[in-house]
Amino acid sequence: MARAIEESGGPSLLEATGLSAGYEGKAVWEDASFSFGRGEFVGILGPNGAGKTTLFRVLLGLQRPMGGTVRIFGESPRRGNPRIGYVPQRHTIDTDTNVECLELVRLGLSGTRWGFNPLSHADAEAAERALEAAGAEYLAHRRLGALSGGELQRIFLAEALVSDPDVLLLDEPLSNLDIRRETELLHLVNSVVRTRKVTALLIAHNINPLLPHMNEVVYLANGKMVTGTPSQVLTSESLTRLYGVQVEVLKDPHGNVAIIGVEEHHGDIP
Amino acid sequence: MIYCPTGFSPNLLLDVQNVWCWSFMQQAIEAGTLTAVVAGVVGYFVVLRRSAFTAHAFSEIGFAGAAWAVLYNIQPIVGLLLGSNLGGVAIALLGPRAKNRDTQIGIVLAFSLGLGLLFLSLYTTGYSTQTYAILFGEITGVSTGQVLETVGASAAILVGMGLIYRPLLFSSLDEDVAEAKGMPMLPLGIAFMVLVAVAVSFAVQVTGVLLIFSLMVTPAATALYLAKKPSRAIVASVVIALAATWLGLFLAFYTPYPVSFYITGEVFAFYLFVRFVYARFGWEKAPTSTLLRRPRDLSG
Repeated sequence: MARAIEESGGPSLLEATGLSAGYEGKAVWEDASFSFGRGEFVGILGPNGAGKTTLFRVLLGLQRPMGGTVRIFGESPRRGNPRIGYVPQRHTIDTDTNVECLELVRLGLSGTRWGFNPLSHADAEAAERALEAAGAEYLAHRRLGALSGGELQRIFLAEALVSDPDVLLLDEPLSNLDIRRETELLHLVNSVVRTRKVTALLIAHNINPLLPHMNEVVYLANGKMVTGTPSQVLTSESLTRLYGVQVEVLKDPHGNVAIIGVEEHHGDIP
Repeated sequence: MIYCPTGFSPNLLLDVQNVWCWSFMQQAIEAGTLTAVVAGVVGYFVVLRRSAFTAHAFSEIGFAGAAWAVLYNIQPIVGLLLGSNLGGVAIALLGPRAKNRDTQIGIVLAFSLGLGLLFLSLYTTGYSTQTYAILFGEITGVSTGQVLETVGASAAILVGMGLIYRPLLFSSLDEDVAEAKGMPMLPLGIAFMVLVAVAVSFAVQVTGVLLIFSLMVTPAATALYLAKKPSRAIVASVVIALAATWLGLFLAFYTPYPVSFYITGEVFAFYLFVRFVYARFGWEKAPTSTLLRRPRDLSG
């Protein structure tokens, strides 16, 4: 079950009140409020089209909220904030990209700088540290196009970590991974959250792999959002209220969760 | 008047000296060298961004421009620059997804060629010579003035590429993250297309519109197999383009066949050779060796 992190107090890194967002004047979700401190692991769940990626776009400053307030590090979201590390959804690299991984991770730091500085090694050192944090230093000189899905996710994680961010936004990093790689990547993100005191927001489709790691849940459905600890959010009462129809949350003896009564159930009992 | 011998002898040093003796060959070598360096650098990004077809498209829009210039007795390079830059900016404005717009680009490309043909047919004197020069290049007809123009343009392109080097590389490899990091993707795309357009316009003097790929794409595509660090791949790309140009000029001087043929043939043969060696032997260990290696302790 979810392990609570005590030391998450202090001023919150991410804060929203009455936030709503959408496209072309039509809200995807409304009246969302949350507050996350440093070093939290937040799982973002919900059916397809519920607006999980929209939340990331708002936090990244790529999309203006339609209403309410949102604060990240106490200020409005702005594009290009170096304190946010981001791994986009369905992120892939063409299989014929013959460029080594270290270069991509370096660019996570120096790719926003103009000019050409062939003698700089500071960014290469930062890239090596980020690769180490992502458990991927053995991939440094491999070609990007030759990596497996799990290896690529580690490189993207390193690319996001290289600028030493305070917040990590990971959009479905587990899709295309088998169960073993999924577990490995979640352990990795968790260790980054703990050792670097980074707040990670992770969008996922399956609840159960996240349960041992996340201490907060954002559940988006039906144009609304509920947040809280997994034990508060993942209950029949809370999800029935959210969906507006009778939803049953079942738990097996191992603590795995299955949600019954909605078209997509996000927790498969293995 | 200095006597310059033309015959081929077993003494290669003497043969090279003989080539250099002719001023038209000196100018060809100078223009070819500059073009090869620029095409090698710019080509790396053209290949990395998968913009080869796009680059080809605006070289043909440049053809229409050049033919128009010939008709009005303006220097072809002016028309080339005008046409290819218009095409480049238009394609950049189509957005970063332009590389998926094969159909639209193909349609514009075909129309441009037709338009160019019309302009050239309206031009009554020396119709075929001009067409031939623009389509297939005429490096041995380069004047000292054109060499100076090429020096200026090459310097400008290399400075421009140096300025946008890191953001361009970043956006070429990882567009989504570069955009989220606040990089100005559209201006960057336009700047790159303008640099390619200028590079294409000058490269056309060497290889012609139809053979532009031989310097702009093939050396860079080969270099991507030879080096996985972008800086080294760019150097490799330049070296291949340079070697092909110099050897092509040398061979064409002593044989009755055109320079462009030699350049295209050389880079193609070398590309095939590298692909073959890469496929047969590979220079990276098989992925299994790293799969077996367990990642570090992840429990943190």
